[in-house]
Amino acid sequence: MDLHTYRIAFTTILVKEVRRFARIWIQTILPPMITTALYFVIFGKMIGSQLAPIEGFSYMDYIVPGLIMMTIISNSYANVVSSFYGAKFSNYVEELLISPIPHSLILIGYIAGGVARGLTVGVMVTLVAMFFTEIHFYNLWVSLSVVLLTSILFALAGFINAVFAKSFDDISIIPTFVLVPLTYLGGVFYSVSMLPGLWQTLSLGNPILYMVNTFRYGMLGVSDISLAVAYGVILLFIAVLYSYSLWLMKKGVGLRG
Amino acid sequence: MHALEISGLKKTYRNGFVALKGIDLNVEEGDFFALLGPNGAGKSTTISIITSLVNKSAGSVKVFGNDMQQHPMRVKRDLGLVPQEFNFNMFEPVEEIVINQAGYYGVDKQTARERCEWALKKLGLWEKRRAVARGLSGGMKRRLMIARALVHKPRLLILDEPTAGVDIELRRSMWQFLREVNGEGTTIILTTHYLEEAEQLCRNVAIIDQGTIVENTSIKQLINQLDKETFILDLAVPLTVAPTLQCGYPLELIDETTLEMEVRREQTINVVFEELSRSGIEVMSMRNKANRLEELFLDLVERGGEK
Repeated sequence: MDLHTYRIAFTTILVKEVRRFARIWIQTILPPMITTALYFVIFGKMIGSQLAPIEGFSYMDYIVPGLIMMTIISNSYANVVSSFYGAKFSNYVEELLISPIPHSLILIGYIAGGVARGLTVGVMVTLVAMFFTEIHFYNLWVSLSVVLLTSILFALAGFINAVFAKSFDDISIIPTFVLVPLTYLGGVFYSVSMLPGLWQTLSLGNPILYMVNTFRYGMLGVSDISLAVAYGVILLFIAVLYSYSLWLMKKGVGLRG
Repeated sequence: MHALEISGLKKTYRNGFVALKGIDLNVEEGDFFALLGPNGAGKSTTISIITSLVNKSAGSVKVFGNDMQQHPMRVKRDLGLVPQEFNFNMFEPVEEIVINQAGYYGVDKQTARERCEWALKKLGLWEKRRAVARGLSGGMKRRLMIARALVHKPRLLILDEPTAGVDIELRRSMWQFLREVNGEGTTIILTTHYLEEAEQLCRNVAIIDQGTIVENTSIKQLINQLDKETFILDLAVPLTVAPTLQCGYPLELIDETTLEMEVRREQTINVVFEELSRSGIEVMSMRNKANRLEELFLDLVERGGEK
């Protein structure tokens, strides 16, 4: 197969994925918008109005980047884990496995689907945020690049979860017990500089901290982390997770007998 | 040219179950080939290995001369599969399932739409093209899988029990369609539990049992191997005991108006009717007790089991 046919195959997977989450928008797009609106009302308006500014920004302005990033992380992850596990569970992943598409292209197609949902929900949540505060970008390129890289990273993580999942329970364990705690502890609602010394050091082991802070830099121009270190950490995670995902596919783990 | 060449194919699953013990099989290009065997014989494992859904333990598989280890993409491009279980997204519309499959093979949208229309019309699903797959009947779902498997124009089509659970009328229309597909040059490998189906459609056959090929020949030659047939005779007047014939053919009274008779290939049945007429027994009709291929299949599998 040549590049042209690979392009058709990739587009087919991507469009199929986008149609899938668009078809069930009440389950995929609406809930994060409502949840984030509640965060803005409760934490931003009600509680935030009682708090002192952080690094020169109102609490509402300070948490907006973290909340947008939180929805991007959870949605890019959720899209791939549920879609790929669904394909495994109902055996229609076989449609792809028997077709002449390289493993890397199947993987990239699913990742692109996860990124598409992450970005769609990210845009929707940003629009919701505009009802509560003024949105501006200090550095648009940093904002866009970190959003893209983060959604790629968590789409890959969702893929790995789907490969190992043996039941629908298995696809909710990681988000509930790993992703949500790491996100909440990743500086969404506070600056790590507010933490005591030991907790500050421990926080540096949380990859989500780097993404939230880089995006906060993109929007507000403030960050607890050096941008170079943050990009390095994100790219390293992507490289490791991509290689591992591809190896799993080639070995047929959870896919072939 | 061989459409499929399998040599020394072995498969041992992780739990230690040996599904294939080194099978050799060739299927000629253009053939309509039956792969038969009882449940658990290794048919589906063989098909899954050919289509890359299961990793082989040893041996080689070539499709139109391309080794699946060395040229997996070329092999996959030439294959179409209709699996035993429904394996499409039940929440997608029929048309989308077929067109997406074409996309996976690099078929452009316009061509995919044309082929989708052709396949769905041929299989009587065109009116249902916008229906969500889970709303289709069992027979429609089976036909959808055939349409999907054909949309990229495979040179070798593998059908794993394509008519399971399909009523006889629909089954016959599917046979007609598959004959047309084969007539247009597509090589077809069929596994089925309906031996009548294999007899009607296929030219050559392999019987697999316990991971070994126990027979590989033409359907005609296979049927010629059958050395005896059992007939059922329906009588006009009830009997209380089975008559004893001078020609020595054993007759068994099944019920008061039904006789069962076993005849060897070299024997004539004329004498039976002459003797029955002389005894005043009137035969209203006669039929085979079982499908001939079915008898032979059971015989071969039984012999394989004894070995």
